[in-house]
Amino acid sequence: MKIAYYPGCSATGSSADYEKSTQAVCAALGMQMEEIRGWSCCGSTPAHAVDTQLSGALSARNLDLAARQKADMVLTPCPSCLSNLRHAAKRLENPEFRAGVNELLDEPLSENLPETLSVMQGIARAYDTDAIAARVRKPLAGLKLAAYYGCLMSRPHEVMEFGDPENPTLMESLLTACGAEMVDFPLKTECCGASYGIPERAMTARLTGRILNLATMLGVDAVVVACPLCQMNLDLRQQQAAKEAGVAFSMPVLYYTQLMGIAFGLAPSALGLDKLCVSADNLLRKLDQPAAYSKAPEGDKA
Amino acid sequence: MNDAIELSRMRDTDFTAAVDAQSGQRISTCYQCGNCTAGCPAGFVYDLQVNQVMRGVQLGLKNKVLNSRSIWMCLSCSTCSQRCPNNIDVAGVMETLRHMARKEGIVTVPKVDKFWTSFLATVRKYGRTYEIGTMVLYMLRSMRVFTDVDLAPAALAKGKLGFKPHKTPEEGAEAVGRIFKRYQERANRQGVRA
Ligand code: SF4
Ligand code: SF4
Ligand code: SF4
Ligand code: SF4
Repeated sequence: MKIAYYPGCSATGSSADYEKSTQAVCAALGMQMEEIRGWSCCGSTPAHAVDTQLSGALSARNLDLAARQKADMVLTPCPSCLSNLRHAAKRLENPEFRAGVNELLDEPLSENLPETLSVMQGIARAYDTDAIAARVRKPLAGLKLAAYYGCLMSRPHEVMEFGDPENPTLMESLLTACGAEMVDFPLKTECCGASYGIPERAMTARLTGRILNLATMLGVDAVVVACPLCQMNLDLRQQQAAKEAGVAFSMPVLYYTQLMGIAFGLAPSALGLDKLCVSADNLLRKLDQPAAYSKAPEGDKA
Repeated sequence: MNDAIELSRMRDTDFTAAVDAQSGQRISTCYQCGNCTAGCPAGFVYDLQVNQVMRGVQLGLKNKVLNSRSIWMCLSCSTCSQRCPNNIDVAGVMETLRHMARKEGIVTVPKVDKFWTSFLATVRKYGRTYEIGTMVLYMLRSMRVFTDVDLAPAALAKGKLGFKPHKTPEEGAEAVGRIFKRYQERANRQGVRA
């Protein structure tokens, strides 16, 4: 099984921490991936908002490069890329659409293009929960976490095939294997406001506010995400959301790969934890001194 | 003067057929249950709720639908499609309407369109984009309607602001540029807004 890796643009900039922790976790598990040479942006929301075939061509170019690299499968960390690449593949089944896309490309697409899955699915396919648990060096015992998938990962079901479209559970099974307690999180696939964080910030602030509010009420130690934009909206924009909601939030928002990395005993610097706006220090301290939290009402008050 | 007469004069049945054809959906099967609207996270900023948009398409109210803010504010989250009891891909219909409006040059929420255009301009030039880099470009262009400067220091401190997008190696940037060029030429031939 030859795996091609499509990092997506945000990996080179705003979510360097996701990229770092993804690489670190895959390396720790011994999963081999080869980056697609010369990959380009899939066009994200703006391309499909403007034209389906333009979006299809920008996405399919990458699938074609992967096919030329003789990959059996493409993995990507970003749900937005995943959605675009999978939508393109699905639409290319229609000969008319394929012809329209080919018109936009330098050369017609290869007949067979490899399937795209999320890195999360790739990990879960290659390693069952026992194998994950066997790699754990520092169990996440005592941590209560809420998994937030965002809106793109699991919908529409016919295209994404990511389990129950309104109640996916893959992140829960990976992190439970790492020893964490996962709460039921009813807003797990609710939209956070997307790239509208940029042009319509009141809208984003309101949508992220709901998510942070519920997480705070449930008393979790962190919200766990798999999407660079979700992370940015919930973390970097947390104070905006707080202002809109009229409350204060202090909720760490970590990538699932950062938490897996912590459980695998990897160094915080290898996981990009310093990039978080709301620091994960309390959470790390809790793991280091579980006893201080379970008993000792006197203890240190830090 | 009654509204019913007014309504029948506004009807454009070709429009209904065109939306069906372009979206691949049968919009006549919508029975106005309102499930789509109930789950829509963007409904609070819509002028027409998504079930009203669907009804508008059924009735052939082309102008009303293509001029609505809603088709621009839709987040493409597919909650509506997921929950429609008639399996209509409602999010796909919203997208089709946005495409139709854009191609006819009807842009009711210009700042959203402007954001998309500046994002795509970066992709066209470099083959890749820094999302945050695009944001900066966007802010510079439309400072009057919106600023996010209060976030800039935090983003800078965390190394989340890149001012220069990476140029795609292996001739990738050039290949992507050609995709855009052909797309533009095709739109010109068809006489629509690219
Ligand atoms: S969706 Fe976002 S991260 Fe993915 S390639 Fe496109 S711009 Fe880049
Ligand atoms: S950033 Fe928001 S819009 Fe994008 S996937 Fe995450 S939840 Fe959905
Ligand atoms: S959910 Fe479907 S049937 Fe119900 S109003 Fe919306 S589009 Fe119509
Ligand atoms: S896809 Fe658009 S219309 Fe449908 S629920 Fe999401 S935001 Fe609302």
